[in-house]
Amino acid sequence: MKSSDYIRFNRLPHRWCAGCGYGQVMRSLTLALEKTGSTNENTVIVSGIGCWGHVDSYITTNAFHGTHGRALAFATGIKLANPELNVIVILGDGDGVTIGGNHFIQACRRNIDVTAILCNNFNYGMTGGQYSGTTPEHAITTTSTLGHIEHGFDICKLAEGAGAHFVARSISENVQQTADMIAAGIQRKGFSLVEVLSPCTVHFGRNNKMRRSSELYKWIKEHSIPMAAAKKLSEEQLEGRYVLGTFIDKPGLDYSTKYREVQAKAAAQLNK
Amino acid sequence: MSKNYEIRFAMGNDALAEGAIAAGARFYAGYPITPSSEVAEISSVRLPQVGGIYVQMEDEIGSMAAIIGASAAGVKSYTATSGPGISLMQENLGVAIMSEIPCVIIDVQRCGPSTGVATKPAQGDVMAARWGTHGDHSIIALSPSSVQECYDLTIRAFNLAERYRTPVFVLADEIIGHMREQYELHGGEIFNRKQPDPATPAGDFAPFDFEAYEDSIAPMPAYGGKHIIRMSGSMHGPYGFAANDGKSANKYIRHYVNKIEKHPDDIVCTDSFQMEDADVAIITFGCSARPAMAAMNTARAKGLKVGVLKLVTIWPFADKEVAEVLSKVKAVIVPEMNLGQVRSEVEKYNKNGIPVIGINRVDCEIITPNQVLDAIEEVLK
Repeated sequence: MKSSDYIRFNRLPHRWCAGCGYGQVMRSLTLALEKTGSTNENTVIVSGIGCWGHVDSYITTNAFHGTHGRALAFATGIKLANPELNVIVILGDGDGVTIGGNHFIQACRRNIDVTAILCNNFNYGMTGGQYSGTTPEHAITTTSTLGHIEHGFDICKLAEGAGAHFVARSISENVQQTADMIAAGIQRKGFSLVEVLSPCTVHFGRNNKMRRSSELYKWIKEHSIPMAAAKKLSEEQLEGRYVLGTFIDKPGLDYSTKYREVQAKAAAQLNK
Repeated sequence: MSKNYEIRFAMGNDALAEGAIAAGARFYAGYPITPSSEVAEISSVRLPQVGGIYVQMEDEIGSMAAIIGASAAGVKSYTATSGPGISLMQENLGVAIMSEIPCVIIDVQRCGPSTGVATKPAQGDVMAARWGTHGDHSIIALSPSSVQECYDLTIRAFNLAERYRTPVFVLADEIIGHMREQYELHGGEIFNRKQPDPATPAGDFAPFDFEAYEDSIAPMPAYGGKHIIRMSGSMHGPYGFAANDGKSANKYIRHYVNKIEKHPDDIVCTDSFQMEDADVAIITFGCSARPAMAAMNTARAKGLKVGVLKLVTIWPFADKEVAEVLSKVKAVIVPEMNLGQVRSEVEKYNKNGIPVIGINRVDCEIITPNQVLDAIEEVLK
């Protein structure tokens, strides 16, 4: 299938605001599906609730549209019940690491063989731009009008610490880089995370004095840095900047592979 | 060691796990909690023996989500928990209702609310099972009062879940879960969810197009086959795409209720004992059915005309059977280990205003036969 064959054109136009980065990430997703030879029959896109969670209705594969924050738990059941399925999990920063933070770290730790595409737009876009677990300190949101006092998660470090086998970060406008990361994540056996920094122009941008979407795209560019360039900088110099690239890509046995051994041992025990 | 028939002396929690496996369940996700933990432990041993999967999730929210996901992937699935876990499962229970995904939730009830008395019995989750998840819906709940019933009703719970594409509760309790009795592992009749007609073309399939089927239940293919399916916990149309209009909401919410409430003959099951000439009826369920039966036998030996109506199906409520009993007897006694959750339902059908007397305990002790007998003698004075 060609990348455009994965799009349900009859479901368009999409619901995302002008200037939103999710259309770009959706393009990356379809390119990755093409690159990995994914079929509609064998692929399940599992989403939670949030702006990015709408993407499953624009894609031609199977889908499961669950509850806010629980996509990885639904995906765990789907993948373990049928390990042959290609399970792609759609997460936002609220879904993935705020309300669903525990599901996130546990899915990384268990090494469930799914690929999570976490779009981080630094706030809750769908409900009107309130702060999330990734909102940077000092940022203005509709619930931190005097400046945010919490520290935002570094999602990639969280995934790495929790045991994910593929961890990468990109920005929405780097469509091809994001596509390559998603494809690599699909091909990597085990839990894969691709974080994509994406602009929420009508909330995060507007609330933080970036009235034009181009200003927020520029902000994301300025606050991110490719891994090669980052290596030349000190920790202090990197403070407040998001490193882009692939952090982890390591082989290992995923949960289903290990569980098959448990099943074989258990069956042997029973037949003794 | 493939036996079709076995007799075992074991606790209710063993029979709950074996009933699930006999029903064809091959996926368990849960979080250990007293007094249901043996269901998890036994499932963790037994499921991999039969090619199934046991996974211990991070909490009961995730457990409920995982069994729904597994069922959507075509594997019959279940979880077991108790009060605090039931509270957490309510969120995704709604997803199972909304996306019409069969699964079974075993609740080995303990004293609540909150952490309550973790090791002690109660029957206080009757209404939590019925109304715990938000929004209008209907639910099926079965309540075993013996170890054998733990096995039989778990199989039946799966059959009903598959038949009606809905989550089903098995409302056990600490007494039944930890009590040891002899039970037969006899297999039994198994129902599997309807599949699309093989002639249905490949591609997008409408798993919510219930109106196209005579029994109002659409077939449910699994992920991975020739049919592309979209399951959704959001209000949706026939293909599972979001439909945020009142017309769809009205259609589907009524469907979730009607598909269950309109089939009492198939779903509602009660056991009647010596009701033919009874002056006093004891209406009860679960562990409280045991002292009720003992009290009935003692009363009969004394020449008192007492019968028992045991509610095997708690939800949907046995309105017809209860109304019939209420129209025939002089008084009804409702023993239950809560403060009147079933009695209030019985009262709804009490057209003649006869005495409906509750025997209610929340002190973590089982209702005794003497307590029930005293109530019988009091009412017949």
